[in-house]
Parts: sequence; structure tokens; C-alpha cells
Amino acid sequence: MSNCQEKQKCESQQGFPETLFRELDAFIETLPTKEGHLITVLHKAQSLFGYLPEEIQQYVADALNLPVVQVYGVISFYTFFTQIPKGKNPIAVCMGTACFVKGANKVVDALKQQLQVEIGEVTPDGVFSIDCLRCVGACALAPVVMVGEKVYANVTADQVKDIIADFS
Amino acid sequence: MVDKNQLRIATRNTGFIDPESVESYIAVGGYQALGKCLAEMKPADVIDLMKNSGLRGRGGAGFPTGVKWGFAAKYASDTKYVVCNADEGDPGAFMDRAVLEGDPHNVLEAMAIGGYAIGGNKGTIYIRAEYPLAIARLKLAIQQAKDMGLLGDNIMGTDFSFDIELKYGAGAFVCGEETALIASMEGNRGEPYTKPPFPAEAGYWDKPTIVNNVETLANIPAIIMKGADWFSGIGTETSKGTKVFCICGKINNVGLIEVPMGTSLKTVIYDVGGGIPDGKEFKAVQTGGPSGGALTYKDLDAPIDYENLVARQSMMGSGGMIVMDEDDCMVAVAKFFLDFTMDETCGKCTPCRIGSKRIYEILDKITIGQGTEADLEKLRSLSHNIKDTALCGLGQTMPNPVLSTMRVFEDEYRAHVIDKKCPAGVCADLLEFTVVEEKCVGCTLCARVCPVNCISGKPKEVHVIDQAACIKCGACLDKCKFDAIIKQ
Repeated sequence: MSNCQEKQKCESQQGFPETLFRELDAFIETLPTKEGHLITVLHKAQSLFGYLPEEIQQYVADALNLPVVQVYGVISFYTFFTQIPKGKNPIAVCMGTACFVKGANKVVDALKQQLQVEIGEVTPDGVFSIDCLRCVGACALAPVVMVGEKVYANVTADQVKDIIADFS
Repeated sequence: MVDKNQLRIATRNTGFIDPESVESYIAVGGYQALGKCLAEMKPADVIDLMKNSGLRGRGGAGFPTGVKWGFAAKYASDTKYVVCNADEGDPGAFMDRAVLEGDPHNVLEAMAIGGYAIGGNKGTIYIRAEYPLAIARLKLAIQQAKDMGLLGDNIMGTDFSFDIELKYGAGAFVCGEETALIASMEGNRGEPYTKPPFPAEAGYWDKPTIVNNVETLANIPAIIMKGADWFSGIGTETSKGTKVFCICGKINNVGLIEVPMGTSLKTVIYDVGGGIPDGKEFKAVQTGGPSGGALTYKDLDAPIDYENLVARQSMMGSGGMIVMDEDDCMVAVAKFFLDFTMDETCGKCTPCRIGSKRIYEILDKITIGQGTEADLEKLRSLSHNIKDTALCGLGQTMPNPVLSTMRVFEDEYRAHVIDKKCPAGVCADLLEFTVVEEKCVGCTLCARVCPVNCISGKPKEVHVIDQAACIKCGACLDKCKFDAIIKQ
């Protein structure tokens, strides 16, 4: 599974705590097979580390006996996985059709203007990041904005300032 | 509250029982259908019953469920899989989430029935990671069912065993397509493959596999208990039973409804949905999500079923219904959907990967006022080419929003390319904000709210908008209390 050299590399590069790697190892141990569980493991890894940079990809590849290119291929295919860290308060704007016809794009514009970052970026202080989601299945509340786990319903561009203020 | 136009079969328990209590489900007759199958019916009887009921797949394509089960039953194999497709990716639809969160045991029971019918003993629910509550309730339900001997080894004391595990999606619309879903379940990129072999012959780990949508499964225990005749007595000639729709967008009563097949669009929008808010005019309703098309006032009286929607260049899809009013620009809506498919194409086949990009570019050109009449023709022929050549359902249906809006709203497309105007007032680059001299009282509100300071004028005098500097944000229009600013 993991070897010493690999671990040292991890620690020197990003300084992820050793305990997180052990936790990931333990999770992989609980799987019935290694085969076919790449996505399962990546979900766990992202929940532990927050994102999936190259060294985590390499670590997962070694642990599951897969070529790292396959791990990278899967990560880049699915929108749920991210290779860059998110802000402390990740803002996600639902861009499903219901939210779109109710003006979600205006909310996105207001957020971008307010925070001075683009979609997929993190503010320089690392507090906020903006992302667009496909649909959170809360179409009756459109447009929907999520900050972390907190859901804001029927959001208008005017409310963006207040939402950000809740987390500042 | 259920009104007289609705009939709840798939969502019969949702909202009425405690989804975290297996006793609550059993109290309304839960797991009796599984018991009936195990005690009184042979697997072949179950399949015949499903065939006779006329139940068709609710995920969108409408393939007869009993026939699919029959195929899988035919192939001999040591392992067969029942997969529940809960990767509800259609933006603007959440019926699967409602069923999974409100009635999880219903889906588990149906999967076990499916397993019994095809001779399989492994079930997998492929669910979106974006639905944490549904995941938590499914996990709990599986544990409860195992504890009571309703799942696991030797169910209800028989020699039938059936186990269910969860697999999580990771945000890819194409994974709703069954072959892509299977690729994703195996831990790979969710790319579809060519059929045949169909999953019923060689699916998950190359074993016979049936993939059924959540809503399809949710109907099954009720059909087993009440019989094929009861179910096939509801609906139209070709489409039996009910359909759950998620009506949202510009409509008064937003939410989930379940109506018999054959209900007219008018009933759905005006009686159940309560009509369009703010006295606006109904313009169109998008069914079938990014794969479907727009229906208009001309289609209001049409009975909703699989065939009727396809005949109108739309499709049933999973049941999203996005209602749009006079303020929605159909070119912008088509562009929105193409933006979606362009993003979600898996990239395996060329027509979909490059075609979606090209269609999007043409639509973008049109919405910023650089389109030509030749572009409309190009859009049409490109769309037909993609329809004919793409590998999977996602690619083949991707041009539908363009074709259906062009069919019904060609005027609107022409207004964009010839007059360079957006009749609905949505496409910012084609708009002009002007001050109506007679109405302006010179309150200066607009000048103060303008983010680029392009409105000038002294207090109590008529104001003027500098068109060259205007960014068309519409802030002045929203602020003006005297209706003195118009966009056109």
C-alpha cells in the first residue's frame, strides 16, 4: 500500500497530516474489494483532504494498484471532484433550469462583483469560493444558493451582500 | 394536499409515513408485495404481471419494464444485478429525491422483487452525492430491512437472498444513461458504450443487469398488490399508470405532482399548477430537460403521454416541467441547455463533443446580435446531423431544445438575426434602455443607482442614458418609480 518514501513526499509537499492518510488507509481496508471502488475512495479522500491534488491522486493510485492516469481521468471527468482547494465558505449557486429562468445568472454576476473573483476561484483571503452547481433538487426554492451546508432560497441579486455578511 | 386531478401511486406514501421507520412503511402495507411474490408467485409470473401492467421506464425513454426484466431472466448466470438509477441529473427535476427521502423502503422492496423476478441477488443503488439526506435515509432503511429479515440472506424464511449496496455518483449528467452509469459504478469515467450487448445480457461486471429508475421502481409494489388490470386501467392506450412531474419556473404552485398519463398540459399548468404568476402570459413549457423540447399554447390540450410528447418534438424525460412566461427568450433558453450539454458531454464521440460546442457558438452569436440568416440554416442541419450520428441518448437528444424552439419560435430567432432585437427583452446586447421624456420627473434615482455613471441630468429635469457607456444591467429600470425607463 503506502511506502515510507511516498509518505515523506506527501508531508514535505503539502503538509497534510499523517493521520488523514492513515484514516484513508483504514477506509480502503473496509472495502470488500479494491476493484471498482475508485470513485468511492476518491469521495472519501476529498472529504478528508478537502481537495485532490496530484500527490493525493498518486497516493490513491498506489493504494488501489491503478495507474495514476486513470485516477486523474476519473477526477477530471466528474464535476464533484476538485483539484484545487475551495474557500472556507464555498458558495454554490444552483444553475438548474428552474433557477436559471428565475434569474440565477444575475445572482452569479452579483456574487462575482461583490467578491471580485470568477466562478471556480477562491478569494485571496481563502474565505469564499464561487461555484455553479447543476441542480440541487430544490427547484421549488429557486433560485438557490448554498454556502457550505446552509441553503438560501429565492435569492435575488440584492440579497447577495447580506448573504456574504453572514459569513464575514 | 391532493386535488382531484392528481393520483398518487409512485408517491403514495411520500409525506404520509415516517421515512425513517420501517414499521411505518409496513403499517401501510409495505413489504407485502415482496411477501406475495415469494409465497405465491413464480419469477415468471412476476415478469408476466409486469408486462401486462404496461409499466414503462420512467427515466425518460419509456422502455417496458416487464420486457427488460424478461430479457435479464433469460440469460443464465451465477450473478445478476438489479441497479436502481438514482442519478437524477436533469436540472429542474427532483422526483427521485422526493421518493428516496420520503419512502425509501418502497424502492428497496421493488428492487428485491426485481431480483426475485430475474434470478439475481445483488442490488446496487447508484445515487448522486449531492443528495446527502436521501443517502442517509437509504442507509438507515437498508439496515432496518436487514435487521427484520426483509433483505439479506433467506428473506422471510425462503431460500431467496438479496443484498443492496450504495454507490455514489460524482456529478456527471451522462451517468443517467445506463451504460455510462454501469461504467461509473465500476469506478471508471462515465462513458457510454455501444449496445448491443444490452445490460440485460452483459452489464455490471459483464453480468446480466437491469437498470431501473427510482420512479419506475416506486410503482412496482403497488402493481403487485393491486394487479396488472388495475394499473393498465389508468392512463392512455400506450402509456399506463401515472407520471410524477416536477413543475417549476414561472408557475404559482411549484412542486411535485403525480397525474394519470393522458392528463392535458392545460390541466397540469392551470388547474394543478395554478397558472402563471403576476398576470403574465404563458409562453412555453420545457419537458424532458436538456434532452426535451418546448411545448407551447398550441400543445395545451394535448394529452401527456410518451408518444404524444415525442410527436411534438419533446419527450417525457424524467418529468421536469419548466414553465416559462413572456419574459423568457427562447434563444437564450436553447443556449442555456446547450451550455449544459456542452459541459456534460463525455467527449467519447465526435458529434456530441464538437457538435455541442458548435451549436452553442452559433446560439451565442445570435444572442449577441452577430447572427445571420445562414446561421439558422446551419443550426438546423447541424442539429439533424448530430441526432443521426451521436453514440448515446445524451448526444442524440442534445439538439432537441434547438429544433423544438426553432420550430415554434422561429419568429423570435429571426428577430434576433434580422432586426437584431430580443422580443422578450433578455439578450442584453440587443437591448436599449431609454428614458421616456414625458414620464421622467428628474428624481435622479436612476443616475444614483447606475453602476457605470452613464445617466446624466439635473434634478427635476429629464435624464439621459449614454448608450455607448451603458452596460445594460437594468438597475435603472428596476429602480424607476415612474415607469420612465423602457427597454426594447
